[in-house]
Amino acid sequence: MSTSSNTDSANERLIHDLATDLVPVRRLRAPSVRAFTWLATVVAIAITLAIIADLSALGHRLSAAPDMWLSVTGSTLTAILAAIAAFQLSLPDARRTWALLPLPAALLWITASGVGCLRTWLVPGTHAADLSEARDCLVFIVGLAVPLSALLFIMLRRACPLQPELTALIAGLASAAAAATLLNFFHPFDPAVTDLAVHVFAVAIVMGANWGFNGRLLATNFLRSGVTLAVPRSN
Amino acid sequence: MIAISIDFTLEGTIFGPGFASFYGRRRGPNSIAGAEIPTQVMTKIVPNDPAAEADRRWSALMVAAQAGDGVAYQALLRDCIPVIKAIARRRGVVADRIDDVVQDVLLTIHRARQTYDPDRSFTAWLCVIADRRAIDLLRRVRRQELREVYAPLAFEGHADHAADPTQRLFRADATGIATRAIASLPARQREAVQHLVLEDRLLADAATLTGRTSGSLKVNLHRALKALRARIEPQE
Repeated sequence: MSTSSNTDSANERLIHDLATDLVPVRRLRAPSVRAFTWLATVVAIAITLAIIADLSALGHRLSAAPDMWLSVTGSTLTAILAAIAAFQLSLPDARRTWALLPLPAALLWITASGVGCLRTWLVPGTHAADLSEARDCLVFIVGLAVPLSALLFIMLRRACPLQPELTALIAGLASAAAAATLLNFFHPFDPAVTDLAVHVFAVAIVMGANWGFNGRLLATNFLRSGVTLAVPRSN
Repeated sequence: MIAISIDFTLEGTIFGPGFASFYGRRRGPNSIAGAEIPTQVMTKIVPNDPAAEADRRWSALMVAAQAGDGVAYQALLRDCIPVIKAIARRRGVVADRIDDVVQDVLLTIHRARQTYDPDRSFTAWLCVIADRRAIDLLRRVRRQELREVYAPLAFEGHADHAADPTQRLFRADATGIATRAIASLPARQREAVQHLVLEDRLLADAATLTGRTSGSLKVNLHRALKALRARIEPQE
Protein backbone atom coordinates (compact mmCIF):
# COMPACT_ATOMS: atom_id res chain seq x y z
CA MET A 1 0.00 0.00 0.00
CA SER A 2 2.76 2.38 1.02
CA THR A 3 4.83 1.36 -2.02
CA SER A 4 1.91 2.18 -4.27
CA SER A 5 1.40 5.56 -2.67
CA ASN A 6 5.15 6.23 -2.91
CA THR A 7 5.18 5.57 -6.65
CA ASP A 8 1.98 7.59 -7.10
CA SER A 9 3.54 10.51 -5.30
CA ALA A 10 6.74 10.08 -7.37
CA ASN A 11 4.64 10.21 -10.56
CA GLU A 12 2.71 13.18 -9.23
CA ARG A 13 5.94 14.98 -8.33
CA LEU A 14 7.29 14.30 -11.80
CA ILE A 15 4.12 15.64 -13.46
CA HIS A 16 4.30 18.72 -11.27
CA ASP A 17 7.98 19.28 -12.16
CA LEU A 18 7.29 18.86 -15.86
CA ALA A 19 4.33 21.22 -15.88
CA THR A 20 5.95 23.91 -13.73
CA ASP A 21 7.30 26.73 -15.89
CA LEU A 22 6.20 24.89 -19.02
CA VAL A 23 7.47 26.81 -22.03
CA PRO A 24 5.54 26.96 -25.31
CA VAL A 25 7.09 24.91 -28.09
CA ARG A 26 7.07 25.47 -31.83
CA ARG A 27 5.51 22.46 -33.51
CA LEU A 28 7.86 20.62 -35.86
CA ARG A 29 7.02 20.75 -39.53
CA ALA A 30 6.27 17.54 -41.40
CA PRO A 31 9.30 15.26 -41.85
CA SER A 32 9.08 15.46 -45.64
CA VAL A 33 9.13 19.28 -45.51
CA ARG A 34 12.18 19.22 -43.22
CA ALA A 35 13.87 16.66 -45.47
CA PHE A 36 13.33 18.88 -48.51
CA THR A 37 14.77 21.85 -46.60
CA TRP A 38 17.98 19.85 -46.13
CA LEU A 39 17.87 18.70 -49.75
CA ALA A 40 17.49 22.34 -50.85
CA THR A 41 20.85 23.02 -49.18
CA VAL A 42 22.35 20.11 -51.13
CA VAL A 43 20.88 21.57 -54.35
CA ALA A 44 22.38 24.97 -53.48
CA ILE A 45 25.80 23.33 -53.05
CA ALA A 46 25.26 21.46 -56.34
CA ILE A 47 24.53 24.74 -58.17
CA THR A 48 27.67 26.31 -56.68
CA LEU A 49 29.76 23.32 -57.76
CA ALA A 50 28.16 23.31 -61.22
CA ILE A 51 29.42 26.87 -61.72
CA ILE A 52 33.04 25.80 -61.23
CA ALA A 53 32.77 22.32 -62.78
CA ASP A 54 33.35 21.43 -66.42
CA LEU A 55 29.74 20.67 -67.36
CA SER A 56 30.45 19.86 -70.99
CA ALA A 57 32.90 17.12 -69.92
CA LEU A 58 30.29 15.81 -67.51
CA GLY A 59 27.67 15.75 -70.28
CA HIS A 60 30.11 13.93 -72.56
CA ARG A 61 30.84 11.30 -69.89
CA LEU A 62 27.14 10.75 -69.21
CA SER A 63 26.30 10.37 -72.92
CA ALA A 64 29.25 8.01 -73.48
CA ALA A 65 28.42 5.78 -70.52
CA PRO A 66 24.67 5.27 -70.02
CA ASP A 67 25.24 3.23 -66.86
CA MET A 68 26.54 6.42 -65.23
CA TRP A 69 23.04 7.85 -65.54
CA LEU A 70 21.75 4.93 -63.54
CA SER A 71 24.49 5.32 -60.98
CA VAL A 72 23.83 9.07 -60.58
CA THR A 73 20.07 8.43 -60.41
CA GLY A 74 20.65 5.74 -57.78
CA SER A 75 22.84 7.93 -55.57
CA THR A 76 20.48 10.92 -55.95
CA LEU A 77 17.43 8.84 -55.05
CA THR A 78 19.34 7.30 -52.15
CA ALA A 79 20.12 10.77 -50.79
CA ILE A 80 16.48 11.92 -51.14
CA LEU A 81 14.90 8.78 -49.70
CA ALA A 82 17.47 8.42 -46.90
CA ALA A 83 16.87 12.05 -45.87
CA ILE A 84 13.10 11.47 -45.74
CA ALA A 85 13.64 8.22 -43.81
CA ALA A 86 16.00 9.91 -41.33
CA PHE A 87 13.49 12.69 -40.57
CA GLN A 88 10.70 10.12 -40.20
CA LEU A 89 12.84 7.98 -37.88
CA SER A 90 13.59 11.01 -35.73
CA LEU A 91 9.97 11.09 -34.60
CA PRO A 92 9.30 9.13 -31.40
CA ASP A 93 6.43 7.17 -32.93
CA ALA A 94 8.21 6.23 -36.16
CA ARG A 95 8.46 2.62 -37.26
CA ARG A 96 11.85 1.06 -37.89
CA THR A 97 10.68 0.01 -41.37
CA TRP A 98 11.35 3.58 -42.52
CA ALA A 99 15.02 2.59 -42.54
CA LEU A 100 14.26 0.30 -45.52
CA LEU A 101 13.04 3.18 -47.69
CA PRO A 102 16.42 4.09 -49.29
CA LEU A 103 17.52 0.47 -49.80
CA PRO A 104 16.11 -0.07 -53.36
CA ALA A 105 17.77 3.15 -54.56
CA ALA A 106 21.02 2.16 -52.81
CA LEU A 107 20.87 -1.21 -54.60
CA LEU A 108 20.41 0.57 -57.94
CA TRP A 109 23.38 2.82 -57.13
CA ILE A 110 25.68 -0.10 -56.21
CA THR A 111 24.55 -2.26 -59.14
CA ALA A 112 24.99 0.52 -61.71
CA SER A 113 28.43 1.33 -60.30
CA GLY A 114 29.29 -2.39 -60.57
CA VAL A 115 28.18 -2.39 -64.21
CA GLY A 116 30.48 0.60 -64.75
CA CYS A 117 33.39 -1.40 -63.34
CA LEU A 118 32.56 -4.28 -65.68
CA ARG A 119 32.59 -1.90 -68.66
CA THR A 120 36.02 -0.64 -67.61
CA TRP A 121 37.29 -4.22 -67.75
CA LEU A 122 35.67 -5.09 -71.08
CA VAL A 123 36.14 -1.89 -73.10
CA PRO A 124 39.76 -1.08 -73.97
CA GLY A 125 41.11 2.44 -73.61
CA THR A 126 38.96 3.59 -70.74
CA HIS A 127 40.53 5.87 -68.15
CA ALA A 128 40.17 4.14 -64.79
CA ALA A 129 41.02 5.97 -61.60
CA ASP A 130 44.46 5.33 -60.14
CA LEU A 131 45.12 5.23 -56.41
CA SER A 132 45.77 8.96 -55.97
CA GLU A 133 42.58 9.84 -57.87
CA ALA A 134 40.66 7.31 -55.78
CA ARG A 135 42.09 8.97 -52.66
CA ASP A 136 40.80 12.33 -53.92
CA CYS A 137 37.33 10.76 -54.23
CA LEU A 138 37.56 9.57 -50.62
CA VAL A 139 38.58 13.02 -49.40
CA PHE A 140 35.81 14.70 -51.43
CA ILE A 141 33.03 12.37 -50.22
CA VAL A 142 34.08 12.44 -46.56
CA GLY A 143 34.91 16.16 -46.65
CA LEU A 144 31.53 17.14 -48.09
CA ALA A 145 29.55 14.59 -46.06
CA VAL A 146 30.84 16.01 -42.76
CA PRO A 147 29.13 19.45 -43.04
CA LEU A 148 26.03 17.83 -44.58
CA SER A 149 25.87 15.39 -41.65
CA ALA A 150 26.36 18.24 -39.19
CA LEU A 151 23.47 20.15 -40.74
CA LEU A 152 21.29 17.03 -40.66
CA PHE A 153 22.19 16.45 -37.01
CA ILE A 154 21.23 20.01 -36.08
CA MET A 155 17.88 19.57 -37.84
CA LEU A 156 17.24 16.09 -36.43
CA ARG A 157 17.99 16.89 -32.81
CA ARG A 158 14.88 19.06 -32.49
CA ALA A 159 12.83 15.90 -32.82
CA CYS A 160 13.09 13.14 -30.28
CA PRO A 161 14.40 9.96 -31.88
CA LEU A 162 13.86 6.93 -29.67
CA GLN A 163 16.13 5.04 -32.10
CA PRO A 164 19.03 7.51 -32.23
CA GLU A 165 21.65 5.16 -33.69
CA LEU A 166 19.41 3.98 -36.54
CA THR A 167 18.36 7.58 -37.26
CA ALA A 168 21.99 8.71 -37.36
CA LEU A 169 22.98 5.75 -39.55
CA ILE A 170 20.35 6.61 -42.18
CA ALA A 171 21.27 10.30 -41.92
CA GLY A 172 24.85 9.25 -42.64
CA LEU A 173 23.67 7.37 -45.73
CA ALA A 174 21.83 10.49 -46.92
CA SER A 175 24.91 12.68 -46.44
CA ALA A 176 27.27 10.18 -48.08
CA ALA A 177 24.93 9.60 -51.03
CA ALA A 178 24.53 13.36 -51.55
CA ALA A 179 28.32 13.84 -51.44
CA ALA A 180 28.85 10.92 -53.86
CA THR A 181 26.29 12.44 -56.24
CA LEU A 182 28.04 15.81 -56.17
CA LEU A 183 31.38 14.06 -56.78
CA ASN A 184 30.21 13.34 -60.33
CA PHE A 185 30.96 16.98 -61.22
CA PHE A 186 34.66 16.24 -60.67
CA HIS A 187 35.00 12.58 -61.62
CA PRO A 188 36.72 12.56 -65.03
CA PHE A 189 37.38 8.82 -65.14
CA ASP A 190 35.46 5.60 -65.53
CA PRO A 191 34.65 3.65 -62.40
CA ALA A 192 37.06 0.82 -61.65
CA VAL A 193 37.04 -1.72 -58.86
CA THR A 194 39.43 0.37 -56.77
CA ASP A 195 37.26 3.43 -57.35
CA LEU A 196 34.09 1.58 -56.40
CA ALA A 197 35.81 0.12 -53.33
CA VAL A 198 36.93 3.60 -52.27
CA HIS A 199 33.38 4.96 -52.72
CA VAL A 200 31.94 2.12 -50.63
CA PHE A 201 34.66 2.68 -48.03
CA ALA A 202 33.91 6.43 -47.92
CA VAL A 203 30.18 5.82 -47.53
CA ALA A 204 30.89 3.26 -44.79
CA ILE A 205 33.15 5.75 -42.96
CA VAL A 206 30.47 8.45 -43.07
CA MET A 207 27.72 6.07 -41.97
CA GLY A 208 29.88 4.57 -39.22
CA ALA A 209 30.90 8.01 -37.92
CA ASN A 210 27.27 9.15 -37.92
CA TRP A 211 26.17 5.98 -36.16
CA GLY A 212 28.88 6.19 -33.52
CA PHE A 213 29.11 9.94 -33.00
CA ASN A 214 25.81 11.55 -33.98
CA GLY A 215 23.85 8.56 -32.65
CA ARG A 216 25.38 9.06 -29.22
CA LEU A 217 24.87 12.81 -29.43
CA LEU A 218 21.20 12.35 -30.32
CA ALA A 219 20.79 9.96 -27.36
CA THR A 220 22.58 12.41 -25.06
CA ASN A 221 20.48 15.24 -26.43
CA PHE A 222 17.43 13.34 -25.22
CA LEU A 223 18.94 12.94 -21.73
CA ARG A 224 19.74 16.65 -21.71
CA SER A 225 16.05 17.53 -21.60
CA GLY A 226 16.87 18.92 -18.16
CA VAL A 227 14.50 16.86 -16.09
CA THR A 228 15.54 13.29 -16.76
CA LEU A 229 17.99 12.85 -13.94
CA ALA A 230 16.64 15.49 -11.58
CA VAL A 231 13.54 13.48 -10.79
CA PRO A 232 13.67 10.69 -8.21
CA ARG A 233 12.80 7.30 -9.60
CA SER A 234 10.12 5.18 -8.07
CA ASN A 235 12.38 2.30 -6.94
CA MET B 1 -24.94 9.33 -31.48
CA ILE B 2 -22.20 10.75 -33.70
CA ALA B 3 -21.25 10.44 -37.33
CA ILE B 4 -17.82 8.97 -38.00
CA SER B 5 -16.09 9.08 -41.38
CA ILE B 6 -14.11 5.94 -42.06
CA ASP B 7 -11.33 6.53 -44.55
CA PHE B 8 -10.04 3.41 -46.32
CA THR B 9 -7.59 5.20 -48.58
CA LEU B 10 -4.42 5.65 -46.57
CA GLU B 11 -4.70 3.18 -43.69
CA GLY B 12 -2.63 0.06 -43.36
CA THR B 13 0.59 1.23 -45.00
CA ILE B 14 3.74 -0.33 -43.62
CA PHE B 15 4.97 3.10 -42.55
CA GLY B 16 1.92 4.01 -40.48
CA PRO B 17 2.24 4.27 -36.68
CA GLY B 18 1.90 0.92 -34.96
CA PHE B 19 -1.35 1.53 -33.17
CA ALA B 20 -2.90 3.88 -35.69
CA SER B 21 -4.89 1.16 -37.34
CA PHE B 22 -6.13 -0.05 -33.95
CA TYR B 23 -7.13 3.31 -32.51
CA GLY B 24 -7.92 4.97 -35.83
CA ARG B 25 -6.46 8.11 -37.30
CA ARG B 26 -8.49 11.24 -37.06
CA ARG B 27 -8.77 13.56 -39.99
CA GLY B 28 -10.03 17.10 -40.00
CA PRO B 29 -13.15 18.20 -41.84
CA ASN B 30 -10.96 19.28 -44.78
CA SER B 31 -9.31 15.87 -45.15
CA ILE B 32 -7.62 15.73 -48.55
CA ALA B 33 -7.99 11.99 -48.76
CA GLY B 34 -11.70 12.21 -48.07
CA ALA B 35 -12.26 15.10 -50.49
CA GLU B 36 -10.40 13.55 -53.41
CA ILE B 37 -11.78 10.03 -53.29
CA PRO B 38 -15.33 10.37 -51.95
CA THR B 39 -16.36 6.92 -53.13
CA GLN B 40 -13.93 5.32 -50.72
CA VAL B 41 -15.18 7.16 -47.64
CA MET B 42 -18.12 5.69 -45.81
CA THR B 43 -20.10 7.49 -43.12
CA LYS B 44 -22.04 5.58 -40.55
CA ILE B 45 -23.84 6.45 -37.34
CA VAL B 46 -22.40 4.82 -34.25
CA PRO B 47 -23.01 5.37 -30.54
CA ASN B 48 -20.70 7.88 -28.80
CA ASP B 49 -17.30 6.21 -28.61
CA PRO B 50 -15.61 7.01 -25.27
CA ALA B 51 -12.15 6.17 -26.68
CA ALA B 52 -12.59 8.61 -29.60
CA GLU B 53 -13.96 11.23 -27.21
CA ALA B 54 -10.98 10.78 -24.88
CA ASP B 55 -8.62 11.00 -27.85
CA ARG B 56 -10.14 14.30 -28.98
CA ARG B 57 -9.90 15.69 -25.43
CA TRP B 58 -6.24 14.60 -25.02
CA SER B 59 -5.36 16.04 -28.40
CA ALA B 60 -6.86 19.39 -27.37
CA LEU B 61 -4.98 19.24 -24.05
CA MET B 62 -1.72 18.51 -25.89
CA VAL B 63 -2.26 21.44 -28.24
CA ALA B 64 -2.78 23.63 -25.16
CA ALA B 65 0.38 22.15 -23.59
CA GLN B 66 2.33 22.96 -26.75
CA ALA B 67 1.17 26.55 -26.28
CA GLY B 68 2.51 26.51 -22.68
CA ASP B 69 -0.63 25.71 -20.66
CA GLY B 70 0.72 23.92 -17.56
CA VAL B 71 -2.70 23.07 -16.12
CA ALA B 72 -3.80 21.32 -19.31
CA TYR B 73 -0.46 19.54 -19.41
CA GLN B 74 -0.83 18.22 -15.86
CA ALA B 75 -4.34 16.95 -16.64
CA LEU B 76 -3.09 15.25 -19.80
CA LEU B 77 -0.13 13.55 -18.13
CA ARG B 78 -2.36 12.27 -15.30
CA ASP B 79 -4.78 10.85 -17.87
CA CYS B 80 -1.91 9.14 -19.67
CA ILE B 81 -0.77 7.11 -16.67
CA PRO B 82 -3.47 4.35 -16.81
CA VAL B 83 -2.91 3.93 -20.57
CA ILE B 84 0.86 3.63 -20.08
CA LYS B 85 0.43 1.13 -17.25
CA ALA B 86 -1.91 -1.02 -19.37
CA ILE B 87 0.59 -1.09 -22.24
CA ALA B 88 3.49 -1.91 -19.92
CA ARG B 89 1.50 -4.77 -18.36
CA ARG B 90 0.57 -6.11 -21.80
CA ARG B 91 4.25 -6.02 -22.80
CA GLY B 92 5.07 -8.19 -19.76
CA VAL B 93 6.77 -5.60 -17.56
CA VAL B 94 6.76 -6.83 -13.94
CA ALA B 95 4.60 -4.94 -11.47
CA ASP B 96 7.42 -3.26 -9.55
CA ARG B 97 8.90 -1.85 -12.79
CA ILE B 98 5.73 -0.45 -14.28
CA ASP B 99 6.21 2.94 -12.67
CA ASP B 100 9.68 3.12 -14.24
CA VAL B 101 8.00 2.81 -17.64
CA VAL B 102 5.42 5.44 -16.63
CA GLN B 103 8.13 7.91 -15.69
CA ASP B 104 10.17 7.15 -18.82
CA VAL B 105 7.12 7.75 -20.98
CA LEU B 106 6.16 10.98 -19.19
CA LEU B 107 9.69 12.29 -19.73
CA THR B 108 9.60 11.24 -23.37
CA ILE B 109 6.26 12.99 -23.91
CA HIS B 110 7.76 16.11 -22.36
CA ARG B 111 10.87 15.98 -24.52
CA ALA B 112 8.92 15.12 -27.68
CA ARG B 113 5.87 17.32 -27.24
CA GLN B 114 6.86 19.52 -30.19
CA THR B 115 6.69 16.48 -32.49
CA TYR B 116 3.00 15.82 -31.86
CA ASP B 117 0.84 16.69 -34.85
CA PRO B 118 -2.78 17.51 -33.86
CA ASP B 119 -4.03 16.05 -37.15
CA ARG B 120 -3.09 12.64 -35.84
CA SER B 121 -4.49 10.57 -33.01
CA PHE B 122 -2.88 11.40 -29.65
CA THR B 123 -3.70 7.93 -28.34
CA ALA B 124 -1.85 6.27 -31.21
CA TRP B 125 1.14 8.59 -30.63
CA LEU B 126 1.15 7.83 -26.91
CA CYS B 127 0.74 4.08 -27.41
CA VAL B 128 3.73 3.79 -29.73
CA ILE B 129 5.94 5.76 -27.32
CA ALA B 130 4.75 3.74 -24.31
CA ASP B 131 5.24 0.45 -26.15
CA ARG B 132 8.75 1.43 -27.21
CA ARG B 133 9.75 2.59 -23.73
CA ALA B 134 8.37 -0.63 -22.24
CA ILE B 135 10.51 -2.65 -24.66
CA ASP B 136 13.53 -0.49 -23.78
CA LEU B 137 13.01 -1.24 -20.10
CA LEU B 138 12.62 -4.98 -20.75
CA ARG B 139 15.91 -4.93 -22.68
CA ARG B 140 17.65 -3.08 -19.85
CA VAL B 141 16.35 -5.58 -17.30
CA ARG B 142 17.43 -8.53 -19.49
CA ARG B 143 20.94 -7.08 -19.84
CA GLN B 144 21.08 -6.57 -16.08
CA GLU B 145 19.97 -10.15 -15.46
CA LEU B 146 22.68 -11.45 -17.77
CA ARG B 147 25.32 -9.58 -15.77
CA GLU B 148 24.01 -10.49 -12.30
CA VAL B 149 23.66 -14.00 -10.89
CA TYR B 150 20.82 -15.05 -8.60
CA ALA B 151 22.51 -17.24 -5.97
CA PRO B 152 20.72 -16.97 -2.62
CA LEU B 153 22.73 -19.82 -0.98
CA ALA B 154 26.06 -18.27 -1.97
CA PHE B 155 24.79 -14.94 -0.71
CA GLU B 156 23.76 -16.45 2.64
CA GLY B 157 27.06 -18.34 2.98
CA HIS B 158 29.23 -15.33 2.21
CA ALA B 159 31.06 -14.05 5.29
CA ASP B 160 30.16 -10.45 6.09
CA HIS B 161 33.38 -8.76 7.18
CA ALA B 162 31.49 -5.62 8.01
CA ALA B 163 29.77 -7.53 10.84
CA ASP B 164 33.06 -7.63 12.76
CA PRO B 165 32.83 -4.82 15.38
CA THR B 166 36.53 -3.90 15.02
CA GLN B 167 36.18 -3.69 11.27
CA ARG B 168 33.12 -1.54 11.70
CA LEU B 169 35.06 0.84 13.95
CA PHE B 170 37.91 0.96 11.45
CA ARG B 171 35.49 1.62 8.61
CA ALA B 172 33.74 4.39 10.50
CA ASP B 173 37.09 5.98 11.15
CA ALA B 174 38.26 5.51 7.55
CA THR B 175 34.95 6.87 6.26
CA GLY B 176 35.40 9.92 8.44
CA ILE B 177 38.90 10.51 7.08
CA ALA B 178 37.75 9.98 3.50
CA THR B 179 34.72 12.21 3.96
CA ARG B 180 36.86 15.03 5.35
CA ALA B 181 39.42 14.56 2.58
CA ILE B 182 36.72 14.67 -0.11
CA ALA B 183 35.11 17.72 1.46
CA SER B 184 38.43 19.56 1.27
CA LEU B 185 38.74 19.03 -2.49
CA PRO B 186 38.04 21.86 -4.97
CA ALA B 187 34.41 21.94 -6.13
CA ARG B 188 34.92 20.38 -9.58
CA GLN B 189 37.08 17.56 -8.23
CA ARG B 190 34.57 16.91 -5.44
CA GLU B 191 31.80 16.81 -8.02
CA ALA B 192 33.67 14.23 -10.12
CA VAL B 193 34.31 11.99 -7.07
CA GLN B 194 30.69 12.35 -5.94
CA HIS B 195 29.18 11.26 -9.26
CA LEU B 196 31.73 8.80 -10.62
CA VAL B 197 32.94 7.08 -7.42
CA LEU B 198 30.46 7.52 -4.60
CA GLU B 199 27.31 7.33 -6.73
CA ASP B 200 28.95 4.99 -9.28
CA ARG B 201 27.39 6.72 -12.29
CA LEU B 202 28.43 6.13 -15.86
CA LEU B 203 30.69 8.82 -17.29
CA ALA B 204 28.06 9.84 -19.87
CA ASP B 205 25.32 10.10 -17.21
CA ALA B 206 27.56 12.13 -14.90
CA ALA B 207 28.47 14.43 -17.80
CA THR B 208 24.78 14.93 -18.57
CA LEU B 209 23.92 15.58 -14.97
CA THR B 210 26.70 18.05 -14.28
CA GLY B 211 26.73 19.71 -17.69
CA ARG B 212 30.47 19.11 -17.99
CA THR B 213 32.29 17.22 -20.70
CA SER B 214 33.42 13.62 -20.13
CA GLY B 215 37.02 14.75 -20.58
CA SER B 216 36.69 17.42 -17.90
CA LEU B 217 35.16 14.90 -15.49
CA LYS B 218 37.94 12.38 -16.14
CA VAL B 219 40.65 14.98 -15.61
CA ASN B 220 39.05 16.21 -12.39
CA LEU B 221 38.60 12.65 -11.12
CA HIS B 222 42.24 11.87 -11.83
CA ARG B 223 43.38 15.00 -9.96
CA ALA B 224 40.98 14.27 -7.10
CA LEU B 225 42.23 10.71 -6.65
CA LYS B 226 45.82 11.92 -6.69
CA ALA B 227 45.02 14.55 -4.05
CA LEU B 228 43.08 12.05 -1.91
CA ARG B 229 45.94 9.55 -2.08
CA ALA B 230 48.33 12.24 -0.90
CA ARG B 231 46.05 13.27 1.97
CA ILE B 232 44.98 9.85 3.23
CA GLU B 233 48.11 7.73 2.84
CA PRO B 234 50.34 9.63 5.32
CA GLN B 235 47.73 9.09 8.05
CA GLU B 236 47.69 5.29 7.61
